[in-house]
Amino acid sequence: MIIEAELRSTKRWELTAEGEEIAREGSHEARVFRSIPPEGLAQSELMRLPSGKVGFSKAMSNKWIRVDKSAADGPRVFRVVDSVEDEVQRRLQLVQGGQAEKLGEKERSELRKRKLLTEVTLKTYWVSKGSAFSTSISKQETELSPEMISSGSWRDRPFKPYNFLAHGVLPDSGHLHPLLKVRTQFRQIFLEMGFTEMPTDNFIESSFWNFDALFQPQQHPARDQHDTFFLRDPAEALQLPMDYVHRVKRTHSQGGYGSQGYKYNWKLEEARKNLLRTHTTSASARALYRLAQKKPFTPAKYFSIDRVFRNETLDATHLAEFHQIEGVVADHGLTLGHLMGVLREFFTKLGITQLRFKPAYNPYTEPSMEVFSYHQGLRKWVEVGNSGIFRPEMLLPMGLPENVSVIAWGLSLERPTMIKYGINNIRELVGHKVNLQMVYDSPLCRLDAEPGPPRTQGTA
Amino acid sequence: MPTVSVKRDLLFRALGRTYTDEEFDELCFEFGLELDEITSEKEIISKEQGNEKAEGASDVVLYKIDVPANRYDLLCLEGLVRGLQVFKERIKAPVYKRVTPNGEIQKLIITEETARIRPYAVAAVLRNIKFTKDRYDSFIELQEKLHQNICRKRALVAIGTHDLDTLSGPFTYTAKRPSDIKFKPLNKTKEYTACELMNIYKTDNHLKHYLHIIENKPLFPVIYDSNGVVLSMPPIINGNHSKITVNTRNVFIECTGTDFTKAKIVLDVIVTMFSEYCENPFMVEAAEVVFPNGKSYIFPELAYRKEIVRADLINKKVGIRETPENIAKLLTRMHLKSEVIGDGNQIEIEIPPTRADVIHACDIVEDAAIAYGYNNIQMALPKTYTIANQFPLNKLTELLRYDMAAAGFTEALTFALCSQEDIADKLGLDISATKAVHISNPKTAEFQVARTTLLPGLLKTIAANRKMPLPLKLFEISDIVVKDSSRDVGARNYRHLCAVYYNKNPGFEIIHGLLDRIMQLLNVPPGEKKGGYVIKASEASWENTCRALLVKCFCSRCCFLPREMRRDLGQGSKHREARGPSS
Repeated sequence: MIIEAELRSTKRWELTAEGEEIAREGSHEARVFRSIPPEGLAQSELMRLPSGKVGFSKAMSNKWIRVDKSAADGPRVFRVVDSVEDEVQRRLQLVQGGQAEKLGEKERSELRKRKLLTEVTLKTYWVSKGSAFSTSISKQETELSPEMISSGSWRDRPFKPYNFLAHGVLPDSGHLHPLLKVRTQFRQIFLEMGFTEMPTDNFIESSFWNFDALFQPQQHPARDQHDTFFLRDPAEALQLPMDYVHRVKRTHSQGGYGSQGYKYNWKLEEARKNLLRTHTTSASARALYRLAQKKPFTPAKYFSIDRVFRNETLDATHLAEFHQIEGVVADHGLTLGHLMGVLREFFTKLGITQLRFKPAYNPYTEPSMEVFSYHQGLRKWVEVGNSGIFRPEMLLPMGLPENVSVIAWGLSLERPTMIKYGINNIRELVGHKVNLQMVYDSPLCRLDAEPGPPRTQGTA
Repeated sequence: MPTVSVKRDLLFRALGRTYTDEEFDELCFEFGLELDEITSEKEIISKEQGNEKAEGASDVVLYKIDVPANRYDLLCLEGLVRGLQVFKERIKAPVYKRVTPNGEIQKLIITEETARIRPYAVAAVLRNIKFTKDRYDSFIELQEKLHQNICRKRALVAIGTHDLDTLSGPFTYTAKRPSDIKFKPLNKTKEYTACELMNIYKTDNHLKHYLHIIENKPLFPVIYDSNGVVLSMPPIINGNHSKITVNTRNVFIECTGTDFTKAKIVLDVIVTMFSEYCENPFMVEAAEVVFPNGKSYIFPELAYRKEIVRADLINKKVGIRETPENIAKLLTRMHLKSEVIGDGNQIEIEIPPTRADVIHACDIVEDAAIAYGYNNIQMALPKTYTIANQFPLNKLTELLRYDMAAAGFTEALTFALCSQEDIADKLGLDISATKAVHISNPKTAEFQVARTTLLPGLLKTIAANRKMPLPLKLFEISDIVVKDSSRDVGARNYRHLCAVYYNKNPGFEIIHGLLDRIMQLLNVPPGEKKGGYVIKASEASWENTCRALLVKCFCSRCCFLPREMRRDLGQGSKHREARGPSS
């Protein structure tokens, strides 16, 4: 420390230019009052006075004057009282006389709001010799150079200490999108669990695969125009596996495979309607149908993560498109206990260990269960997924053997990502309105790592 | 999922005990319901319309309970209470009976004119019912819930309930020209023709949603009594003459619709829920419906069906080991009266008319599991041995994403749906040239088509991030969609890679270099002769195909500070054309 400087600041009140004028000539309202003769003054004329506009409303609220709107030649202003005390002028004169402290805090702040007073801070520094005071100048070295080492001069040179409080220079780098980082982790989890990825690269699907094959009746509300994007062009799927279609039709309209069916008039033209798939379960249905054609039956574990589309009302957590994660296991003799066991393993890999299961309803699974996990932050159980055993009415028409059960579960990719990265508005995460700074700054996705307290730079 | 709101104290009185909110939440969870919200009428009004409007509204505590979409028997207080009481083994499930009246049976005759608009009708009578204000409100509310759910907003089924004592049967269900239908509708003091009513209800916030069901049809459905009194003009409005009140003692119920099965279910639900308040509880008076072909049927059906399921099947599907007797007990708690029969492993299950959702043994399995308690089931891991495989296209995508980021580019994630303008006009293309698939029912222009290129999304991402320091280097690897008549649905996805470099200087060599790097990663040599890649100029893009990927690279030199994407891109393509392929 060569010198030391101590900051000393003082505050005082000063009048503004307008304040000076009022101290000299009186407040606008007093000037307005004074300019009104006993017989009154037309309001329009009063407004033309220099203090007219401000003074009029103030004088009105002080009840010094009144307006007679019924006067013959337009509204006319009259005095209400004989004389007035110009408090504003008096107070400003006090300040001018260096006696600002005589005014209360409230009075001062009122005058400040009217821009008649300002508070002025005067900053001065008291300078004195520091501990390392010197009259000769020597520059501290910031870097060690090869010359200093070879000459040995580094031994005598003073070095500037590093400033660890400053930020370093971030390397130029590319970045992966946070949602897709989470997608990578989910893929990894499925692969670790031995699940094979299903092809889902077909956003356009027929109603048949999206609904009918899943034993979702044709009057189901999800098939409404309000919930699903249908296509105008190409409006219809031209090729459907007709043998299978007939079995599906029979199961819906008449039952079979031990089912009563829905007993309604199933229509092929409804099944042909093309749409943007509303869930990736349509891809699972295709995969299971392919599996059913392979003889003899071989057990399978499938997964997919891809986009799905809903024609619904958009808000902070809902967009018209989102990513669905789906897992499917097909084998002989699978039970509800197996489904819960697989879910436990899956969620443990996500760092979620406290699970409980609630009965639920899905059109294509029975039994169905919603998966809840205890959220430490929210201190309540939150739904983290939906699951079930596919209905026989869906599996048997495909040609799968009767004793084969298929368990499945699904969840969205966006929800866990928003929770993970603390994002409240989905538009900041998905779509072109993304905040690129958020993408640049997002940390690694380690789903099973304990979520620690957020680290701030500079506390290293 | 439908939500039923019930008064908490009324619910607890009916359940014969009180619960804390947590206890009741727990009970709901176990039974497959969800206590969604605890509120009051006052709170609801104050939330929707502000505190002032809420003043004076009731602050009786309301429970809003989410009910599974297929459980029509739980859509009112009566059903919820019955379900929970049976579940908790506090009462036995009631037996619903259809009785023929001593006097004349009520008759509803369907004429053939209804065939083209709303062909089915069913009916029943609740005799000597005793309403209170709460019961009456619940009765009306149940009809509304049924209308919104199973009735598909009245399109499949519409319910009409009438004070039988004001009417005189037999009733006729027919269809007439709207101008020939004239009556005083519910809560109006004047008579109107059907045409007038359709106009009046266009501005009615509740009824306007149902007009489309019959609008523009030559004939409207209508039900008359023997004196020509209009009971209702389904699915829009009832007549005022037969309006029910708290004091109504005899209720005539008609359900008309386009789905016979659902009409029967709806009628069964209403009468099973509210026959509780009849002089002879759970007894429902039959009505006869004569169809146009002369055949006559008696309703409500109130059919009990028997299913036989083996106990070991239930154990095997759930993953538990319970005795057949215990399983029968579990099912009985779910309103499915069951007993062990035959060889001691078979369970005979009686499915009551309230449980139309039970259509297969798997539905019975679920009920056994619910009564057993999902969270009491022992978890197990399946022994399914499989080798995992990645979908090859996704595997390549993942590898490329990492190397794109390693090359200093940042990944964007843009929408697959967009406006026609985005993929055509703004790129200087005609929409017909894009082979885009078109959405028939978009709510806004943002969802007119599926994208045929990733470029608009990336440019919009840049436009939304203009405050970010330059350069911006963005990429996306994702699917686009085009029509393709060789596919079963007539369209297919292609996986695209798109990258944009955005800076104050053009820097074509940077995007060119990225392309070279991608080719290097994909092991594709430069030069046509070697079977590798070449870059050619095209109208809006440089394109070339390589193995499984269609690679598109764009130089956005002309997009310097794009105030309006279209203008800039328009200039861009001209600029490039002028320079020709030498760039």
